[in-house]
This record gives sequence, structure tokens and C-alpha cells, in this order.
Amino acid sequence: MHAEEKFTYETWPAAPEKATLEAKNKFLGFWFFLGGETVLFASLFATYLALKDKVGDSGQPLAKELFELPLTFVATMLLLTSSLTSVYAMYHMKNFAFKKMMVWLGLTALLGAGFLGLEVYEFSHYVHEGHKFTSSAFGSAFYTLVGFHGGHVAFGLLWCLTLMFRNGKRGLNLYNAPKFYVFSLYWHFIDVVWVFIFTVVYLMGMVG
Amino acid sequence: MADQQLNSGNPRVDIEYRRRKSTEEMRYQVVSFTLMIFLTLIAFAAVAVKGFTAWFTVPFIILLAVVQVIFQLYYFMHMSHKGHEAPSLFLYSGALVGAVTILAFTTIIWW
Repeated sequence: MHAEEKFTYETWPAAPEKATLEAKNKFLGFWFFLGGETVLFASLFATYLALKDKVGDSGQPLAKELFELPLTFVATMLLLTSSLTSVYAMYHMKNFAFKKMMVWLGLTALLGAGFLGLEVYEFSHYVHEGHKFTSSAFGSAFYTLVGFHGGHVAFGLLWCLTLMFRNGKRGLNLYNAPKFYVFSLYWHFIDVVWVFIFTVVYLMGMVG
Repeated sequence: MADQQLNSGNPRVDIEYRRRKSTEEMRYQVVSFTLMIFLTLIAFAAVAVKGFTAWFTVPFIILLAVVQVIFQLYYFMHMSHKGHEAPSLFLYSGALVGAVTILAFTTIIWW
């Protein structure tokens, strides 16, 4: 099997994400990258935990006063649902249903954009309350961790849209199927990181 | 699992088998999504409802997060499938280094 081959529903391989040598390399390399990302985010979590509520003067807001459950909850639901929609996209990819895959990828991008919009609103709200990147060690650690995650979401969004535009007229083949698959892995990983962010930063922040 | 190359000698039987396999897998995905939503709801409820001490709530919600992430990794990211030995090695190595970092930063370093 080679990358340019034309396929039908009947000839499409069961595991298109690993059908060519390039695909296998992509798969392995991307998981290696995710291992590195795990270390990166863990070090940011460690920094945040060490510097949580470390503010210069008592007038600055602490985690307990800043965070609100409803906003975090809506953001969590958006991102979690977008994880499911990208699972649906990969389901259709494996069934060689290109159009359906594109629809689900579009939904994924839409939910991701919604999440990002909420985060922008949230950050601007915090800045008004005096919680800024440069105002305290707590502020720096918070914006670095949560902002890095938000940056990953923004990157994933651009990645998804680029893949959709670039391959919009091509249909599925063994050249682009691994690309879509690797994107879905990235998107799930973003959700994995968010699960820890909403638990460690927001929920634990509100507990005290 | 869907990763295996299936061969019965009859292409139509193979297609039918694969189609059913992937439908079945999709059902598992939806079930794990439901469970993940459920775990998230419990975590938020544990914080929203007053009356629990932090000594209970914090380990409890961390446990829920870990379970949810396992669903995400093994079902959504297909780590339960064959051929994921190297990904497991990479991810668990990363998690180990990360865990040691977090442990060090929260215990022996002070500011």
C-alpha cells in the first residue's frame, strides 16, 4: 500500500493510521512528543502548586475568591464534548466516510473555538479584578499553566482548520488519514491536560 | 480489535465483520464518554456541596480525574488496542518524571 493509491470503502485498510511506513513513523513520533508534553505540563502544574496564592499584598485576590464553578463547568463540557466529536470523526475516517468525518471535525473546531472564547472572557475578567500575569507569583504561575493549555487549544484549532482546508477536495487517502489521526490524538491530549487543570486549579482552588 | 488485519478469504464477509466491529467500538466510546461526563459531574458536585472537608474532597476529585484520564487514554486515544507498547512507554515515562517533579515542588521546595 502506498500513499497515493486510490481506495474504495471495500479496499480501505482497517488501520489506515498505520498502513504506510510514514504513517507508522508519524504515529510513533507523535506519541513520543506527547510523552514530552506530559513532562512540560507536569512542570507547569508543579510550579503552579508551589506558587498558588503567593501574592505580594493582601489586597490581591486569591484562588478561592477568583474562580467560579459555572464558567469552569461550561468550559469543561465544551472541551469534553469536542473530544467525543473527534472520536466520531475518526470513526468515520476508518469507515472511509470522508464527508461525515469533515462534519465531525468541523464540530470539534467549533466547540474548541467556544472553549477558547470562554477562556479569553475569563482572563479579561480576572485582569479587571487585579489578577494579572505580572501582579504576583500566583498570577504568573496561573497564566503560564492555563495560558499554555489555551495556546495548545488555539494551535489545535488552527491545525484542524488547516487540515480541513488543505484536504477538502482530496478525499481520504493514506497520505492524509494519518494526519487526521494524529490531530485527534493531540486533541484528546489537550482534553487530558484540561481534566487536570479543572481539578487541580479550579476545583482545588475553590476548596481552599 | 479494529487494528488487526482480518482475513476470511471472502471480502464481503470481512467488510461486514469490520463494520460491525467498529460500530461496537463506537458504542464503547459513547459509554466511556457518558462515564467521563458523570465523573466530571461528581467532581463538581463534591466541591459545590458544602460540608466535606478539604482532606476528603482533594484526594477524591484527584482520583476522579485520574480515572477519567484513563478512559480518555485507553478508549479515546486507543491505548487499549494492540501496537501501543511504545506509546505506553513514552507516556508512562513522561508521567513518572512529571510525578517526581510535582512531588518535589510540593514537598521539599519552599518559597
